[in-house]
Amino acid sequence: MAIDKNSNAFTFGFAIAMVVVVGAALSFASMSLKPRQQANKIQKDMLSILSSIEVESDRSNASEMFYQYITKRATLNYSGEIVETREGEISPTDSNDPFNVDVQKEYRNPDLKPEDRHYPIYFAQKDGKQLVVVPMVGKGLWGPIWGYVSLEGDYNTVYGATFDHKSETPGLGAEIKEPMFEDPFKGKKIYNEQNELVSIEVKKGGAGPENEHAVDGITGGTITSNGVDEMLSRTLGVYDKYFKEQSQITQMQ
Amino acid sequence: MSTETAEVQSQEQEVVKEAVPKEPLFSAKNKRLLTDPLDDDNPITVQVLGICSALAITVQVQQAVVMSLAVVFVMLFGNMIISSLRNSIPSRIRIIVQLVVVASLVILVNEILKAFLPDISEKLSVFVGLIITNCIIMGRFEAFAMGNKIFPSALDGIGNAMGYAWILVAVAVVREIFGSGAISFPGVGQIKFIPASFFEAGYMNNNLMILPPMALITVGVIIWIQRSRNQKLIEEN
Repeated sequence: MAIDKNSNAFTFGFAIAMVVVVGAALSFASMSLKPRQQANKIQKDMLSILSSIEVESDRSNASEMFYQYITKRATLNYSGEIVETREGEISPTDSNDPFNVDVQKEYRNPDLKPEDRHYPIYFAQKDGKQLVVVPMVGKGLWGPIWGYVSLEGDYNTVYGATFDHKSETPGLGAEIKEPMFEDPFKGKKIYNEQNELVSIEVKKGGAGPENEHAVDGITGGTITSNGVDEMLSRTLGVYDKYFKEQSQITQMQ
Repeated sequence: MSTETAEVQSQEQEVVKEAVPKEPLFSAKNKRLLTDPLDDDNPITVQVLGICSALAITVQVQQAVVMSLAVVFVMLFGNMIISSLRNSIPSRIRIIVQLVVVASLVILVNEILKAFLPDISEKLSVFVGLIITNCIIMGRFEAFAMGNKIFPSALDGIGNAMGYAWILVAVAVVREIFGSGAISFPGVGQIKFIPASFFEAGYMNNNLMILPPMALITVGVIIWIQRSRNQKLIEEN
């Protein structure tokens, strides 16, 4: 019996068979490549955290360096109390692990009440110095921007900062991931003399070297610069309570 | 009588065999399938297809090479799949079938890149996904693979993808040399093409080279050179 290739039955049959075959093939590919992709993502996050505390590393030694420098990671709740702590090996299945907290979701999900949010923080030990690293996410011109800022033991002085973006304009907004933009953050202070949180302003028109609460914005990248500015003040605001408590404890000691 | 018909039949069979001689694998016709798209019928410079990706990811040679390989892969396997199914694809949904084939191949490429070349995959970002809308691929499926056998279709696929690839890499070489002063290769590091003495004398990297407009101009220059060498590309009017 010859099949009529123009009949509806054949057309439907062909379409259904095609979808089943393609679906099966693609889901098989996706399943078998997933572990590698996840490992890549974890490596990438580790590299960013390491670069915020000025540790040079690449994909080959990322996890080794990460475990060497990052001694402890924790999650804070809204009132600045530590709710979870983890040390050592990261388990990809442990959703309470601070490393696995999806920072973007925590800040952006409108259904999540502020009280229910979790904010990861990393504790690092480098050259005998105690450092804390704070992850942050924000909005650029074309898509998300994110970064990590590390603070020194006084919870005030910036030790290093690293930023990245999804799709900012090359040569303009995309410059936020270049050392030219990141380096000036070093040594800036996030609290003023009255111990009020002032964050670090990304200033259009230049900040001047003596201003310790501001860095130069990017010419032609105003919206991305503003995005970084907003991201810094919002995120540091969240950690404000914790930082103040901790710096009082260290002062008392 | 019966022997006569048998003779005629066998003669006929011979005639039929002679009428369709077995084509050598690389006959002149098949070779043209490979070489035509490189010059006379180049998808980018002559047919002006696939321009958007040529403008977007030619900032670095590395990216251009990976993108080209992705296109070669999609083009080759897509053409072969479409060609092997050409007699059973219902004509009413043939465009959908072609889309599904190209889309699933592209998703496959994207997943593989993410797993094995995460850094380059990040730089190529959406442009790997946009191979789906690359007019070269759908154009070859519809115009060639739907009506030809598997082997010529495979050659046609490689030819067209290479025609796309060499323009991409050529544009990327120009842009990276003048935009960054050096070309970075994976594993080798940066190879400087502009000597340091130039920079000391006041030479600066041309930032415009990194932006898309310069890619368009570079493609234009390539078209110009190609037409001045290849007179038959010049239109009558």
